Formats: sequence, C-alpha cells, structure tokens
Amino acid sequence: MCTYTTVHADMDGSAKGPGSAWFHAGRATVYFDHPVHAMAEHTLNIDLTDPDGDPARRVALELTAESARALVAAIQEALAAVPDELKV
Amino acid sequence: MYESMIATLVRIPGHAGDEIEAYVARPEAEFRRGGVVVIHHMPGWDRGSKEITRRFAELGYDAVCPNLYTREAPGASPDDAAAVARAQGGVPDDRLIGDVAAAAAYLRALPTSNGKVGVIGYCSGGRQSVLAACNTDVDAAVDCYGAFVTGEVPTEFPLKITNLVDQLPNLGAPLLGLFGAEDRYPSPEQVDELERILTAEGKPFEFHRYEGAGHAFFANERPSYNVAAANDGWERIERFFGAYLGA
Repeated sequence: MCTYTTVHADMDGSAKGPGSAWFHAGRATVYFDHPVHAMAEHTLNIDLTDPDGDPARRVALELTAESARALVAAIQEALAAVPDELKV
Repeated sequence: MYESMIATLVRIPGHAGDEIEAYVARPEAEFRRGGVVVIHHMPGWDRGSKEITRRFAELGYDAVCPNLYTREAPGASPDDAAAVARAQGGVPDDRLIGDVAAAAAYLRALPTSNGKVGVIGYCSGGRQSVLAACNTDVDAAVDCYGAFVTGEVPTEFPLKITNLVDQLPNLGAPLLGLFGAEDRYPSPEQVDELERILTAEGKPFEFHRYEGAGHAFFANERPSYNVAAANDGWERIERFFGAYLGA
C-alpha cells in the first residue's frame, strides 16, 4: 500500500539524532506506509526533523500500528499525570 | 545475459535544466540496444532501485535511474531524502515528466542507442511511468502497482497528485501493468477501471494480476516480496521490452 497520506505537526522541542547530536525538532511528519527497516509490510512512520536543517538530522520511527497506539496511549497517560500548574 | 557491465553515477540536465543525479548501468559490450528509464519508488533512490537498474543492463539495455529527490536533499542518504520529499509534498508531475524526458534523451544520445527507450516505475513510480508515457516520447511503459492512475484521490491528501484519467487518451506507448490482487492502492477495482479506459481508447496494453500478492511484490528486501509474482513479472517485463525496444 502506498497511501500517500501524510500528516504534519509543528513542534517545538529537541531530538537526538545522527552522531549522537541534539537538534531542534520543529516538525513531525506522520504517515502509514512501507517501512525502510522494520520487518512489517506497513508501519506508522514518524520523522522528527528540523525543517530548516540538514535532511540527515532526522529521527525516524517505524512502528507497527499496535506499537504506535501503545505509544500514543503512553504519551496520553504521561501527560494526564501532569499537574495542571505545570501544563503549558 | 550481459553479466559484464559498467555501473556509475552521472549528473544529467533534468527538468528546467536542473542538474540531477542519475545511476547508469550499461552492458560492457558494443552493440545497438534499447534504453530503460527506471523510476524509483516513493522510498527513494535506494539500493533496490539501483539493483533493478543493473538487472536491465544484464538483460542487454542501457539503463538509467534518475534521483527524483536530488533537488530536495542533495547528497543525503536515500531514506532521508525520501523523508524530505514526502514532507514537502512529493515530486510535482511536471518536474517528473521533465526528468524522465531528460533521462530518455540521455539514453538516446549514447553511441550504443538504437533510438528506443522504455520506462518502468514501481509504487508511486508506477503512476509516474504512465504519466511519462502520456507526456513524453517513449516506446514502451511498465506500471508496477502504481496507485492513483485511476480512482479518486482523497481530498485531504497533502501530496499534490491527481489521477491520470484525463491524460490516458494521450498514452503514446504500449503499457504493461503488473498488479497484486491483494493490493488496495491500486485496488483491483481501480485496475479494472484502467483496463476499461484503455480498451475504450484502443490503447495497446497487457495486464497481469497476481493472486496472493499485495503491493510492492518486487521489493526483495521487504516483507511484501512475493517470489512467484516477482519471478513471473520479471519474465513478462523481459518479453515486453524485448518486443518493443529491440532494434
């Protein structure tokens, strides 16, 4: 399947990528398509990049659909545990 | 079979005169032969695409695979370049046509050329192969499971693609289509629609659908690889190009 479906999210944070170097993660690109490396026919793929930076400065995730849902749930659970006064 | 070959990287003038990278594989023998433009899949100008290019040299063709993502990420690894290209909305159709036309011109200018050039593409490249055959002078085209040649493109897609239905009357070369019966993009219904349109237009085509095969069945480093479909597909490609790209 090549759905071409691609979703973007603007972000403000950091990611540790190639060469163990940190970089500004300004954008997440999310899509469900063939992985490059994961042994699954399709995966939920996330590219964390600095849109103004070197293309090689990228953290790439290829997760099975089940794994991606588990990640979403974990993020939601962690955020839900944050006291209101710390949420910005 | 031409097992002795030369494979190398070149830079060729692409669409609008932009210099783009290309991978070239040629039999190491002096004889007149056809050329093949290989359009890489959406994951980029990767090892698998270059292996396919070499296989066409082994079959006796001059073959070239342009890096369609040269402009987005020069010098980047294929997967990083593909990520950038996807994030920026993919390859515009007019630029693809220009790059394929330039690659075909490169092949025809080789001293070994017999003047004939075929085009083949995989995945997104399957659609682009049909697109090229509707808009450039090629002698044969192969569409390996390209989505959105027919069928409706969902409106929320950020990639600026359309189906090719309005362009199919301009298809200027015989088309070989190889599809997985289990594929959803393109779905069997979309392949049916393409078959109906080409029949109505009186265009020469040959389609094969493989039971048990899904998308990307030629990709031998991925779980989607289907040995029976890929082996039969290669044989059909060999016969098809043999019929239309011979001297």
